[in-house]
Amino acid sequence: MADSDGRQVVSINHSTEEDVKLQEVVQAKCEGKELTKEEKQRLRKEKKQHKKNKKDDRGPPEKEKEKEKASVLAPSKPATQSPAHKAAPVPVNASASESPVAAEKPAKSKAEQRAERRARQDTERASKQGKKEGGQQSASSKPKATPNELQPVVKRLPEHIQVDDPAALKKLAKKLERQQVPLRSDYGYKVSLFSHLHQYSRKNPPTQQISIPATVIHPSIVRLGLQYSQGIIAGSNARSVALLHAFKQVIQDYSTPPNEELSRDLVNKLSPYISFLSQCRPLSASMGNAIKYIKKEISNIPSQCKEEEAKRRLQECIDSYINEKIILASEAISKYAIEKISDGDVILVYGCSSLVNHILCEAFEKQRKFRVIVVDSRPRLEGREALRRLVKKGIRCTYVLISALSYILPEVSKVFLGAHALLANGYVMSRVGTSQIALVAKAYNVPVLVCCETYKFCERVQTDSFESNELDDPDDLIVTRNGKTHLENWQTVKSLGLLNLVYDVTPPDFVDLVITDLGMIPCTSVPVVLRVKNVDQ
Amino acid sequence: MELQAVLMAAGGGSRMMDLTYNTPKPLLPVGNRPLIWYPLNLLERVGFEEVIVITTKEVQKALSTDQRLKTDVKLRLDVVCIQEEADMGTADALRHIQQKIKTDILVVSCDLITDVALHEVVDLFRAHSATLSILMSKVHEFTETVPGQKGKKKAGEQRDFVGVDVTGKRLLFMANEADLDEGLVLRKSIMRKHPRMLIKTGLLDGHLYCLKRSVVDFLVHNKCVTSIRGELVPYLVRKQFSKSLNSQNATEDSEKNQKQQDAHHNLELLSTSKDEALLQLARERSCWNDHRGDMSEAYHGGKLRCYVHIMEEGMCYRVNTLAAYIEANRVVPKLFEDPPIHPAAVVSERSLVGSDSIIGPLCQISDKTSIKRSNVGTSTTIKEKVKITNSIIMNGVTIEEGCNIQGSVICNNAVIGRGADIKYCLVGSGQHVEPEAERTNEVIVGSDQLMEI
Repeated sequence: MADSDGRQVVSINHSTEEDVKLQEVVQAKCEGKELTKEEKQRLRKEKKQHKKNKKDDRGPPEKEKEKEKASVLAPSKPATQSPAHKAAPVPVNASASESPVAAEKPAKSKAEQRAERRARQDTERASKQGKKEGGQQSASSKPKATPNELQPVVKRLPEHIQVDDPAALKKLAKKLERQQVPLRSDYGYKVSLFSHLHQYSRKNPPTQQISIPATVIHPSIVRLGLQYSQGIIAGSNARSVALLHAFKQVIQDYSTPPNEELSRDLVNKLSPYISFLSQCRPLSASMGNAIKYIKKEISNIPSQCKEEEAKRRLQECIDSYINEKIILASEAISKYAIEKISDGDVILVYGCSSLVNHILCEAFEKQRKFRVIVVDSRPRLEGREALRRLVKKGIRCTYVLISALSYILPEVSKVFLGAHALLANGYVMSRVGTSQIALVAKAYNVPVLVCCETYKFCERVQTDSFESNELDDPDDLIVTRNGKTHLENWQTVKSLGLLNLVYDVTPPDFVDLVITDLGMIPCTSVPVVLRVKNVDQ
Repeated sequence: MELQAVLMAAGGGSRMMDLTYNTPKPLLPVGNRPLIWYPLNLLERVGFEEVIVITTKEVQKALSTDQRLKTDVKLRLDVVCIQEEADMGTADALRHIQQKIKTDILVVSCDLITDVALHEVVDLFRAHSATLSILMSKVHEFTETVPGQKGKKKAGEQRDFVGVDVTGKRLLFMANEADLDEGLVLRKSIMRKHPRMLIKTGLLDGHLYCLKRSVVDFLVHNKCVTSIRGELVPYLVRKQFSKSLNSQNATEDSEKNQKQQDAHHNLELLSTSKDEALLQLARERSCWNDHRGDMSEAYHGGKLRCYVHIMEEGMCYRVNTLAAYIEANRVVPKLFEDPPIHPAAVVSERSLVGSDSIIGPLCQISDKTSIKRSNVGTSTTIKEKVKITNSIIMNGVTIEEGCNIQGSVICNNAVIGRGADIKYCLVGSGQHVEPEAERTNEVIVGSDQLMEI
């Protein structure tokens, strides 16, 4: 390192340079490591710009390759690993590298040309050194470049939000082919803001290309995938429970091949199943956490454990996970939440959240006097199901559509919302429309309480609903009234796109309290909970 | 394993005895392939690797010797023989092979020719954890003239009444006209749960059923059920709405109908697994319902569900009558890209074979013959100056010179004498038509066949 710097100093001294650079180099000599790092960074930046100038026509794929080379060698895990971490730095990086390029192109002074020449010499020197050191430097310089410039841990962008990138699609196709999982093709015109997400049609089920006695993928996983894609199992808790149930059956039917260890082979067996499920419907945060837990449990099985014993242990783990994180958690949450419900309350709920329904039913059983306003929205109209369950219990309910929200809010005393996931920066990810409810409630000074179990907390960070979302079947938006379907041939109209979003994020400013099984916490305490959880595990 | 395939090939073909009195129905040539090849091909295409075939000894012999079956079919066939005289129904046959059945089954009849996307039927079975899932298709009118038919076809007899719900997938009601004495009787419980029901009559039953394993066990306990289509399917459809299955205190019922209760219990209990509690939890937490408008949960809390997939377009034929046989022969060759003239056939150059005809292997077609819109089977010899139009010639037939055959079906090993003029006739197996005969609209069978009746 010092050697190259020394030579640098020499070369600078040789070429007649401005005093600024000399002064900097002198400073570098005196102040030691920090500045030399900056020098190195600058050089690397120049190297990159140099490369960009050379290979300008190759454009995005080159960027992609750099991104992927820059990633840490982490096993591919579904959406839970902070794609947003990468998403935020990547556009910044791109724009940072692009703006100097744009700035330099018109004004190529002698100084710049000399800088480029120097950079070229340094790259050659670095590559020679790198060959000596076994090529470690060049490899580590790239991943170090991005973290040094932009602090956060670099993770690979998950494929399901890179649909408009042909290289990522090709990678996904290759991976699915290797796992023998059928690739589901996208359907219909996608609105350009969301063209980086998948959009599937219910008329092309994922089972079209699977052999009928499903052999590659376990039958209960095929059944689960079908139920996800048709919406028969919907809702974060239901999906997680069904997933764990299917995994229990997979473990039951699993038999270790000879010369393999259960702890390693079973995890490999689960990967194609998870790919298949994410083809049917993108995985939810709660499912991701459940999968992480199972994989950890499987890999923690000691190798001398017999197969039957190991299977029994895994089944017990799954049962206890469901019991603790879902069933008992909902009991704990309803206990806390009932404290917040007083007699005479008018509670507003949105859509069908299993947890909120459970809370309200429990509160009703505990003889609290309140009435409920169920707000619903198209195209899912899940509020009807919530309405049915509450009315069956005996609770007095009112039903409105979300367009009537501001008319009904003056009557409301509290808003209870369910969540699909709680992000690490305190944002609440929930059914589309939730952020509107929270916004209007804030405007009317109505307290908003979000109920969420801790197993739905995820380490992702997201500030908008565009970066990572789910696009549902656009044909759901088509409605037939009086025998006429106006949008029947929407595909033929070139400038028309149907957008059926599933989730949106609510900022923590609109949420007054989050009720979890650990207690009632403010939205901003989510990272604390995550930290505590990680320490526990 | 998810599904086991069972192919029912022991049926006699009772509605086309003229064709089947010598040749068993599964071996009747359609488009120059034995009938049994078509369902086997369907199963192979979707990915089955082995099939349990229930059939008679004769068919089993043919399955192991027939060249076409051996080479084209790569499935592993597990052939179970039953006595022809035993007169077993399809349900009896399932009971017979109960030991081999380890998972849910897909029962196919040997006379089904279809290009359905089988995953549609099986997806209903999987997604809703259904007990029964069947395939039906819109009936196509048969346009070809059927030989030997006197008078107009009696339509409206033996209609099937099929009731489906609003989505068109759930099977609510199924009855055959023959079973209804005076009128259609609908239970109130069905109407209360599904106020909107569509009743369809123009449907053809494909005889393709997905059944849960517990149904086979139920059959073992109830030996009175003999036929799947005739008894089991209507029973299951009725039992969806039976009170005892849905009520909570089914276990507390008294001794009256004890046997029936046992049967019901068997049907229910055998389908529950240890993890039923988890599935129940998942369903409770899910915000999905299959119907709306009343206060009950998804599927009205019923454990027994029957689904139907109705094919709107596409081909689905059940070759169980002569008319269907002829229609199938007409349509099927267009599907498969076999060369119309088999390379092993010897076709003289001065003969005229139309583009919509197919000639099987080892045929000998002599000069100045004209074959239009016809299917000619294996090892058939056709001499000079023969004109064949719109006909089906099976295997091993000899047609002497100067014959004129129109709109007819000539069965295996028949001999048509020289100069015969055959219009819209059915010549039975091994029959000889004397030379210079003129037959129109007749069924020519041997005297021994007449004796059987």
